[in-house]
Amino acid sequence: MPVETNETVAARVGVAPRIGVAGRLGAVFDSDLLHSFLRSKVTVLAAVVTLVIMAGALLAPLIAPHDPFDVASLQLLDSNLPPAWMEGGDPRFLLGTDDQGRDIFSTILYGSRLSLSVGFLSVVFAAVLGIALGLVAGYAGGSTDSVIMRIADIQLTFPAILIALLIDGTARALFGEQRNEQLVFWVLVLSIGLSFWVQYARTVRGSTLVEKNKDYVLAARLIGIHPVKILFRHVLPNVMGPVLVIATINLVLAIILEATLSFLGVGLPPTQPSLGTLIQIGNRYLFSGEWWIAIFPGITLASLALAINLLGDWLRDALNPKLR
Amino acid sequence: MTEPVLSVRNLKVEFPTRRGRLTAIDDISFDLMPGEVLGVVGESGAGKSITGTAIIGLIEPPGRIAGGEILLKGRRIDNLPPDAMRKIRGKRIGMVFQDPLTSLNPLYRIGDQLIETVQTHTDLSAAAARNRALALLTEVGIPAPASRIDNYPHQFSGGMRQRVVLALALAAEPELVIADEPTTALDVSVQAQIIALIKRLCRQHGAAVMLITHDMGVIAETADRVAVMYAGRIVEIGPVRDVVKQPHHPYTKGLMGSIPTIATESDRLLQIPGSMPRLTAIPKGCAFHPRCPARFAPCDQVRPELAGRDRSQVACWLYHDVPAPAELQP
Amino acid sequence: MTETLVGTAAAAGPARPLVQVENLGRVFDVSPPWLNRVIERLPQRLLRAVAGVNFTIDRCETFALVGESGSGKSTVAKMVVGLIPPTTGQVIIDGVSMTNPAHDGQRRALRRRIQMVFQDPYASLNPRWRAFDIIAEPIRAFSLADSRQEIAARVGELLTLVGLDPADGAKYPHEFSGGQRQRIAIARALASEPEFIVCDEPTSALDVSVQAQILNLMRDLQDRLGLTYLFISHNLAVVRHMANRIGVMYLGRLVEVAPSRDLFRAPRHPYTRMLLDAVPDLEMTGRQRKAVEGEIPNPIDPPAGCAFHPRCPFANDRCRAERPEPVAAGAGEVACHAVAEGRI
Repeated sequence: MPVETNETVAARVGVAPRIGVAGRLGAVFDSDLLHSFLRSKVTVLAAVVTLVIMAGALLAPLIAPHDPFDVASLQLLDSNLPPAWMEGGDPRFLLGTDDQGRDIFSTILYGSRLSLSVGFLSVVFAAVLGIALGLVAGYAGGSTDSVIMRIADIQLTFPAILIALLIDGTARALFGEQRNEQLVFWVLVLSIGLSFWVQYARTVRGSTLVEKNKDYVLAARLIGIHPVKILFRHVLPNVMGPVLVIATINLVLAIILEATLSFLGVGLPPTQPSLGTLIQIGNRYLFSGEWWIAIFPGITLASLALAINLLGDWLRDALNPKLR
Repeated sequence: MTEPVLSVRNLKVEFPTRRGRLTAIDDISFDLMPGEVLGVVGESGAGKSITGTAIIGLIEPPGRIAGGEILLKGRRIDNLPPDAMRKIRGKRIGMVFQDPLTSLNPLYRIGDQLIETVQTHTDLSAAAARNRALALLTEVGIPAPASRIDNYPHQFSGGMRQRVVLALALAAEPELVIADEPTTALDVSVQAQIIALIKRLCRQHGAAVMLITHDMGVIAETADRVAVMYAGRIVEIGPVRDVVKQPHHPYTKGLMGSIPTIATESDRLLQIPGSMPRLTAIPKGCAFHPRCPARFAPCDQVRPELAGRDRSQVACWLYHDVPAPAELQP
Repeated sequence: MTETLVGTAAAAGPARPLVQVENLGRVFDVSPPWLNRVIERLPQRLLRAVAGVNFTIDRCETFALVGESGSGKSTVAKMVVGLIPPTTGQVIIDGVSMTNPAHDGQRRALRRRIQMVFQDPYASLNPRWRAFDIIAEPIRAFSLADSRQEIAARVGELLTLVGLDPADGAKYPHEFSGGQRQRIAIARALASEPEFIVCDEPTSALDVSVQAQILNLMRDLQDRLGLTYLFISHNLAVVRHMANRIGVMYLGRLVEVAPSRDLFRAPRHPYTRMLLDAVPDLEMTGRQRKAVEGEIPNPIDPPAGCAFHPRCPFANDRCRAERPEPVAAGAGEVACHAVAEGRI
């Protein structure tokens, strides 16, 4: 005699059947995606590196031995100390200190936090803007499509750095040098986000053109569902695959762009150093022998970028049915 | 007694996946005599196309021939190295696929493709090969071949392209032509022309044809013998008239009854419940038993083998000696 | 013109057909992009996909449109349900014009009563939605049920109606076979309790044994629910099995309309005759078939006069110059000079 589970009972009495959380998790563990992930050792390693750096950034206040933003705790005596294992190193500062006596290890943790925040937020901003414009352009077609895509073309002719410099300059002129310090984080997010939306818009527009002619969209139109509802409930979930891949790879580009801008001096200020700012500070001391100030943040940035890139590559291949 | 052009013996094709090996073709055997048209019919997932690709040695890895042998004029070809097999394809076995564009290179003139094929497989001079190509185009019914020979594939209509493909397949006078759904992508009125053409050409060239299709109507008109496939096995094979008019296997009966025809008016079509099992879940015993209206004791236990019955062979316990009850588990 | 047509339709009373298609036409602009056209001096290219199509469908009847690729049958289907606006003519359903702006209010109510079943069950179901939500969408859109329980009960009922299990609602489309997906698509079409369903090649993507299941299901549903079908297909045998009346299309025009039985017993138009001769059929084993000539011309550049004349064995000078209008023939209509003149 078969046991009646809640689901079969629900089905018999006509209540909408639901799949339990356990069932959905089980599906994930059994999926081809996880399988291909575990089979690629490079990808697993990349994921571990990414996770370690992200965890370090997220938990910085808990695990960092010093608070680099606490000016009171800084001792000028401790400045420019080499890493702990070198002659003259101090065991309190594992990776040495910078010119103001800040612990490099702690600043890296806090710096990654800033770099990743800028990266994530700008990617989210770019994705939301790009997806929305792409969906509208693809679905509406005609002159709406032309206008949006011509704007995208124009946007593409400006290098990302130029846009960032432009916005940064405008912000400085508008808000003055003082208030700029608080604003600079959001200026960075805005300017990096603005330089990346075109890619999302183009990809989403392409997928939307394909999806909007599929019969399931026609079926929804037939019963008079509002176009906006069709876009968000029907089309959007089906164009998200490529967006995910672009977002992963863009995260790297955004972090590097932030580092570049900070290195050029238009990014985050030395009082709130991101990885890029740290490298910029270290750059000044690179040839006077204090290499650790630039090299350790540099290694962190490079490994983070490489790891996320590898993850993005894997995701692209795993989601592409042709390569499976 | 004449030797068969093609002999397939206990062929088995497997696709290893991480969830286990899938057996796409399970122990099939048949012969193809010179000049004969053998129709291979079945629904999607029955394994009919994989049979064709196995014979021409083009099974995509990780799929592989896991057992049995394929003989062309008595010589084994399933274990040949890829180079030797490439020489056989095109020269001794011609191929026609559903989409003519997969067989034609869009960047080359059709004449160049024909001439290249002719020259690869014969030792004709360039001029002679061109004449041969022209003759082939005339034969497959391309109007004004001299002016069309330098056209590109996209300049032809679907039906004309399939004619060109047919010319390509026949260019080296093959002993065997494998046609996989050659008319499926074509309109009805063009379909009829291509069927007639395949039939006429193969008769004239003395080539045997293996015609793979899901369309029973095409088979009924074209084939001499039919093999009906279900879930990777041949369930019935015999002369086309017998299989169409007096099918034995319950699946063949259901299949024939479910096809609407233009000749008769019917109120209700015969229907087979359920659908073809996926390769991951092929039932024990006879693979058709869960859908079979006539199943009885041995069907879900022991797999029936193809065995003679008049001119046809059927794999069904209704027509064989039922195994002793001792062999059946309760 | 339009006024009078609506007027007569309204005056016809209860005996009027459910669906009236009047002089329906559709032109697609297939020109190259504007910039290319200007720079390369290319002319504008228009594709007349459908022209001058007239037919009516009575209640509880199945009217079929058959034709080969490029015949415009799918375009007619999309215009009838209102997915594509017609360039000329109009579709009137139960006295309400699908295009006349004066009928805007009534048309909203009409929408619920018209549904469509699409060809490819792999493309017609949103792969990210569960079957339950797919079927529930029309119920929610037309507010046909008030509570979650009511919707769930209705979806369960619909799944049972099309031969699936109510528990199947929790599955995603990829977990079903092609035939089961088409059942879900039919359940979705029935969800808004329609009277008229347009079926666009509903079985051409399916295997024959599954096709039989779906065709039988559709006929059962028609009997049980009193449905009216417009059935689009390229398969003459399927059409013969399903339809009461059949319209044969060639290059965007109806060449023959006749009751199913008459059409198959005594086809009149040379194109219909050719089609019937060409169909490979089970009953035709070993038959010697008549040679079929030529292929379908490019619809962008159709032949002058009767579009079929280049392939027609009965064509004369009049056929090459003057397009034949439909004339009554038996219980149907035929657009052919040879038939009208009594030559064949």
